[in-house]
Amino acid sequence: MNSNARRRLVNFANAAAVFAALLVLWQLVLWIFRVPSYMLPSPSAVARAFVDRFSTILIALEITGEESAGGLIASILIGLLIALLFAQSRWVRRMLYPYTLLLQTVPIIAIAPLILMWVGAGAASVGVIAFIISLAPVIFNTTQGLISVDENLVHLFLMHNASPSQILFKLRLPHAVPSLFVGMRIASGLAVIGAVTGELYAGSSRVGVGGLGYSILYASTQLQTDYLFALVLATTVLGFAFFFLVMFFEWYCLHNWHESVRVPDADSDS
Amino acid sequence: MTADRIVPMVEIENLGKRYGTGQPVLGGISLSVAKGEFVTLIGPSGCGKSTMLKLISGLTPPSAGSIRVDGMAPKDAREIVSYIFQDATLLPWRTVEQNVGLGLELEGVARPTREQKTTALLELVGLTHVVKSYPRQLSGGMKMRVSIARALATNPRLLLMDEPFAALDEMTRDHLNEEILRLQAEQKWTAVFVTHSVAEAIFLSTRIVVLAPNPGRIHAEFAVDLPVPRTRSKRDTPEFDALAVKVSHALRAALAPEDAPVTSP
Repeated sequence: MNSNARRRLVNFANAAAVFAALLVLWQLVLWIFRVPSYMLPSPSAVARAFVDRFSTILIALEITGEESAGGLIASILIGLLIALLFAQSRWVRRMLYPYTLLLQTVPIIAIAPLILMWVGAGAASVGVIAFIISLAPVIFNTTQGLISVDENLVHLFLMHNASPSQILFKLRLPHAVPSLFVGMRIASGLAVIGAVTGELYAGSSRVGVGGLGYSILYASTQLQTDYLFALVLATTVLGFAFFFLVMFFEWYCLHNWHESVRVPDADSDS
Repeated sequence: MTADRIVPMVEIENLGKRYGTGQPVLGGISLSVAKGEFVTLIGPSGCGKSTMLKLISGLTPPSAGSIRVDGMAPKDAREIVSYIFQDATLLPWRTVEQNVGLGLELEGVARPTREQKTTALLELVGLTHVVKSYPRQLSGGMKMRVSIARALATNPRLLLMDEPFAALDEMTRDHLNEEILRLQAEQKWTAVFVTHSVAEAIFLSTRIVVLAPNPGRIHAEFAVDLPVPRTRSKRDTPEFDALAVKVSHALRAALAPEDAPVTSP
């Protein structure tokens, strides 16, 4: 086994140990302070709720997953297009940047009811909320990547009589891909948060069946705290899944050339 | 013989340059570079050496005077000009061969021709073993070789080089100096080269132009009559040393405030 694999194993063991310690602590708190189960269920109760309601949780996971994915994909595509527009001139950036900032600063909770009103209750408006909350980081990071190209590289292209579109597609865009991924990583987490938040408002068309946000609301009104915990766990899993999916995609696209995902290799000779 | 022989590769008359309303960077420069010459611009920092190359390549317009490249305006002459920067300026997402083929690709050369050309050039600069590697896997010297191959791929008649070897260690630098001379002997392009190193200037050039700062202007010129082909051992001759002393002297005088112009021998 090489040192890299061993280090990874040690890291994993450490994380597992911390997790086990937390579970023990949790159980101890319950015993010592005699917390009623509707306030804080035991780890085993949460696990049981998770197993018992697995099929329902899976459906909720699927619904929220689809809404988040829809919002995320839309924010990546539209964010990229807006960034391409922003990269065209400083003038465009100056004029439109403040409005992009608005996207990031307006609390999503505040505009969620509006969106519901405009788009109508259901998955579509939840997707729109996920899209709005995850759009800004894609725009900001990608724009930064597009405009921060080394001046000499632009000169090099000009010396070969490159057209503006060649400079955009063969120089600025590839140069911006690592920054686009930074934006995508942030956006992936926000899209899940946006979808869950949206569902708290949007509700469900069928009683008892909805996304994670809807189910969390339902569980809390029913005081099914163990189920609520299981749902929170599922939400976390969804967030991680999105994050790692983007990470994997990033590694796949960049590992050949980019420093951020570079595995240190043997010194090359001259 | 023909008219082509008479038109200089670079013809600069009374050139002046200032950025915005600032102090002039260059003033009253006249310089003619004949075809096949290897002219080196040397001078203290801030004397506008790099700006000269930017002007010759048309990347920035002159504030006064005129520049012709092979009888054309600099911007129209880009097809016959290549530029080598101080950094290798490779595209990190492209392999070595894709980097070398960049200029041809931008100029719309078809893939088969491009690949043929790229392969030949990688052979010429001794990089056939890293064709599929990415720049990050290469040493500084190898990156510069890729940069040179890329510049030569478009068959330039004029090569502008802005301190291309300044960031390299001395061994690599000496090696690449020999390499550049070999390539020029084979391909017969004209070169305008910028450096801080007197030894490099003498080794490479047929003519050395010493610039003085504030504003950048020509302070002295030296013809280099050392025999060709030049190899590393030729650097230890008395003629080489004598010229190095003269050029160093001129450089120091260029920095002195009350510099008297030094004439070429």
